[in-house]
Amino acid sequence: MSGGMAVGGMALGGTAPGGRVISARLTLATARRVVAQLRHDPRTVAMLLAVPAVLMILLRYVLNNPLALNRFAPVYIGVFPFVTMFVVTAITTQRERARGTLERLMAMPLGKLDLLAGYAIAFGLVACLQVTVVVVISLTWLGVTLPGSAVPMAVVAVLDAVLGMALGLFASAFARTEFQAVQFMPAFVLPQVLLCGLIVARDQMTAVLRWLSDVLPLSYAVDAMQRISASASWTAAITADVAVILAFIAAALVGGALTLRRRTR
Amino acid sequence: MPAEPNAAGCVVTGDDLVVRRSGHTILDHLTFTVARGQVTGLLGPSGCGKTTLMRTLVGVQQIAAGELTVLGLPAGHPRLRARVGYSTQDPAVYSDLTLSENLRYFGTVLGLPRRQLGGLIARTVADLDLTGLEGRVVGTFSGGQLARVGLAVALLGSPDLLVLDEPTVGLDPVLRQDLWQMFHRLADSGITLLVSSHVMDEAARCDYLLFMRDGRFLAEATPAEVLRRTGTDDLEAAFLRLAAQREVAAR
Repeated sequence: MSGGMAVGGMALGGTAPGGRVISARLTLATARRVVAQLRHDPRTVAMLLAVPAVLMILLRYVLNNPLALNRFAPVYIGVFPFVTMFVVTAITTQRERARGTLERLMAMPLGKLDLLAGYAIAFGLVACLQVTVVVVISLTWLGVTLPGSAVPMAVVAVLDAVLGMALGLFASAFARTEFQAVQFMPAFVLPQVLLCGLIVARDQMTAVLRWLSDVLPLSYAVDAMQRISASASWTAAITADVAVILAFIAAALVGGALTLRRRTR
Repeated sequence: MPAEPNAAGCVVTGDDLVVRRSGHTILDHLTFTVARGQVTGLLGPSGCGKTTLMRTLVGVQQIAAGELTVLGLPAGHPRLRARVGYSTQDPAVYSDLTLSENLRYFGTVLGLPRRQLGGLIARTVADLDLTGLEGRVVGTFSGGQLARVGLAVALLGSPDLLVLDEPTVGLDPVLRQDLWQMFHRLADSGITLLVSSHVMDEAARCDYLLFMRDGRFLAEATPAEVLRRTGTDDLEAAFLRLAAQREVAAR
């Protein structure tokens, strides 16, 4: 066994023996464990898969206008999974803290990134299923039409879900109780929904609101969806939005690792 | 290369150890040792700092001053994480997973080889009298079964040092006796155990005692030595006498 820790591991507060920053075996074991927990809770899985689709059906009948639906549906397809994943992740992680399993893991040879990446993979899989259900229902039953293929929309929607998950992981570090974690939904997510361009176009906002909107991740998710629903092909502007979303995901995961303290003060 | 305890055979050495949490001194300049291959009992009332000392040993609590060495390395060193087994007062397992799912996950995290994992799990499950419950969701277990699941996780990786926080609380007396026999079997095989309890009748079952009160030790000795020094014939009375002496000395 080699001694010492890698510099990267040190920066994130220590890793498994041998200096690995992340271990594929431990990451996959963690992802499998999270999936197994979900399997034992079929009602949660059913709600995760059904809620975005049911809301989309509701939107279809509330708007009751095919043109408006075509414009709004892709944006909603990006926002729903973001919100549900944020809440589910924030609470799951808080529960792991409250029940002592996080402390047990931190006393074991598990790297923080093994844990975070394991969560990201497990909930990423759930996000793929969730997005598939809502996209298929929207494009068939609800009659949403896109200028191009549905793939870019699905890809961005899954990224939005992963973004919600990563922010939920990060936010949970600031919650001492499950009640607080639930309150983060309105506190972290609703301001982003108000400012992301869903309700009022971002270029019609005052300078301060526009500036706030520019630094919030959901704005880029909505922007990407609006561009996808307006263009038949992938554009450089969509690539730029996706790059910003990926950067936010990476920052939230690293932030989550930094706020996940192995030792309490 | 694994680190070895020092020449005196001490697996844990605390030197003027101080731990503070939000301004309060929880561990107040502790200097002590834990000998290899023995069951050392950490006894004292709840709130005296037992759990904090154990959390510091396994590396999840920051040290304010002094030193704490475990198996020749500073407490919390990454290389210790697979060699120190830890079981908390709450079982700290996933209540929504089955027993074998829990053990399989924690075993993998401990780095146990995949091919040996099944055998190690079966052995641990049998040792803790949990056979037949492998496929059941842990959330449906009784309190005593849950406590043993927490112990099973601590034992799974065949650690050199076992840190067990109140492992026998609320257990049936027969099972409690079985567990103490197992602790001594483990100690005989060379494993070092630090076991906390607030129940004084467990003190007599230990090879060596650390009596703790208000973040300081009242005594560090074998049960026989504690009785001899205090001139009492049971350890509860010995604890009371030592606590009273400390109060008088403090005045």
